[in-house]
Amino acid sequence: MSDPADLTIVEAAAALRSEDLTAVELLAAVRRRAAMTEANIHAYLTIDVEGAEASARAADDAFAGGEDRGPLQGIPIALKDNMVTRGLETTASSQILAGWHPPYDATVVTRLRDAGAVIVGKTNLDEFAMGSSTENSAYGTSRNPWDPERVPGGSSGGSAAAVAVGSALAALGSDTGGSVRQPASLCGVVGMKPTYGLVSRYGLIAFASSLDQIGPITRSVADALAVLQGISGHDPEDATSYRGELPDFGSQIDRGVEGLKIGVVSELSGEGTEPAVAAEFRTMLQRLEGAGAEIKELSLPSTAYALSAYYLIAPAECSANLARFDGVRFGLRLDGGTVEEMMGATRAAGFGPEVIRRILLGTYALSAGYYDAFYGQAQKVRTLVIDDFKQAYEQADVLVTPTSPTTAFKVGERTDDPLAMYLSDLCTIPSNLSGDPGISVPTGVDDAGLPIGFQVLAPALAEPLMFRVAQAVEDLAGFDARPTLASSEGAA
Amino acid sequence: MVCSGALLGEIAVGVPSRLVPIDIDIAKVARLARLGLSEEELAAYGSQLESILEHAARVQALPTEGVEPTAHPLPMVNAHRSDEIEPTLDRDEVLAQAPDHVDGFFKVPAFLEDE
Repeated sequence: MSDPADLTIVEAAAALRSEDLTAVELLAAVRRRAAMTEANIHAYLTIDVEGAEASARAADDAFAGGEDRGPLQGIPIALKDNMVTRGLETTASSQILAGWHPPYDATVVTRLRDAGAVIVGKTNLDEFAMGSSTENSAYGTSRNPWDPERVPGGSSGGSAAAVAVGSALAALGSDTGGSVRQPASLCGVVGMKPTYGLVSRYGLIAFASSLDQIGPITRSVADALAVLQGISGHDPEDATSYRGELPDFGSQIDRGVEGLKIGVVSELSGEGTEPAVAAEFRTMLQRLEGAGAEIKELSLPSTAYALSAYYLIAPAECSANLARFDGVRFGLRLDGGTVEEMMGATRAAGFGPEVIRRILLGTYALSAGYYDAFYGQAQKVRTLVIDDFKQAYEQADVLVTPTSPTTAFKVGERTDDPLAMYLSDLCTIPSNLSGDPGISVPTGVDDAGLPIGFQVLAPALAEPLMFRVAQAVEDLAGFDARPTLASSEGAA
Repeated sequence: MVCSGALLGEIAVGVPSRLVPIDIDIAKVARLARLGLSEEELAAYGSQLESILEHAARVQALPTEGVEPTAHPLPMVNAHRSDEIEPTLDRDEVLAQAPDHVDGFFKVPAFLEDE
């Protein structure tokens, strides 16, 4: 058998049940891969050695006793370090939370544990998930396994890099403006943002609450489905959790695209897209057409304003959410003569530049005299984006775009230009504003051997349709390249 | 010349309706956000904010007469639960993570001066 660290969840689940593999062996393989690659990749902030071993042994005991809690039992999964884990350090990549050991588990953590998953550790991110490269982490930049000179994307860059390199079989990320899908695209793996409300945000350290959604990063579409099935569902601890019946996410996955209408969003696949990304995108459109889909060019004019609206709404919400980091109840505290001085000193020292920038931006956008012109107007643009999507879905079953206008960029290339960095999320932001699901599937590489992702968007709760098209894209692409680092030869 | 409201409305069609000039009192914004920044930091953040806001201000160019603002993607009203006592976080475990605490409370510098 090949190295178990390279298995998909579906393959590993079969091996665990045919007794070709134990959960302890699978964890050991993933750990070996981490030991070989972490010095180059730095995907992890914390590896939970004892906790993971105990979970792996428990999974093996369960298998031995005939107990089967589903496809995640015994599977090593990594968590972005903005999901709280009881007793295990959680930092959101910020100095302000250095050394914090949360007194509770996030709901997704509880669900993964209940499903028998093995939580390997906590992965690196842009501080408080604000960024598109992991360069805003207070604990160092993660590197792209396809080229360590380049970023893995972000903010869930550590999670995407870990899955790409094999130091986890899957990982959870959080997606506020593309933070699951963009790093997945840049690292050549699958990343999925569910419909807003399908996955509980309880215990996800909030960035922008009306946009944040946790989603899976995996090596196949079927694996993303398996993880989503494990973590989704109503949670009374999250007031925005969806209370209706869940769709059967995998019910259409094998049906192919024949007869489907696939809309191409002209505003999100034209200007600013790298030629190699555009060419790869067009190739997949031809293949989908060849497989019986009808390709329609559509215009969503308001998406041209989505990025601007996002950079008012997200900072506004972040400025309110991050008020809780004030040196009183947890995390860093610097001395000050008064409470205000203590808070001002603590926050100025504990937050990095991008977080400070966004808190200032959000505070300004919400302040008296500017609210209507900035935040209020952005909320109206949000309505227009939602209306545009509704109209588009009357003409097409799903919409497709490149996930990111470019492949992975070099470390340091965009750090001096916040706006250039923000453009990384041009194609992913609109569906956070609308709350609809989206998935990035790797389809090929550019001339430099860097992966390119293809994004499928669907209406709210239409995950079954989204997975159906995503599976077809995966099948048609036949993408099976792996980064050279993801092998004992490459890492040695 | 006095224009009627209706006429103003007609004139406004297709042009930015509320172009608000970007002038940032960055020291005031930092104080509101409880960020104790130096003069140099304030100047640097102030100019970065201006360029981001110039881009973000493009939202003002879109006509939005009669458009309802969206605060949240899900059309849902308040989520209620029954008013029952449930287990809460363990106090000692919570306080163990606090920068300072005394007698079961979080401890901070004085809010108000004596007398």
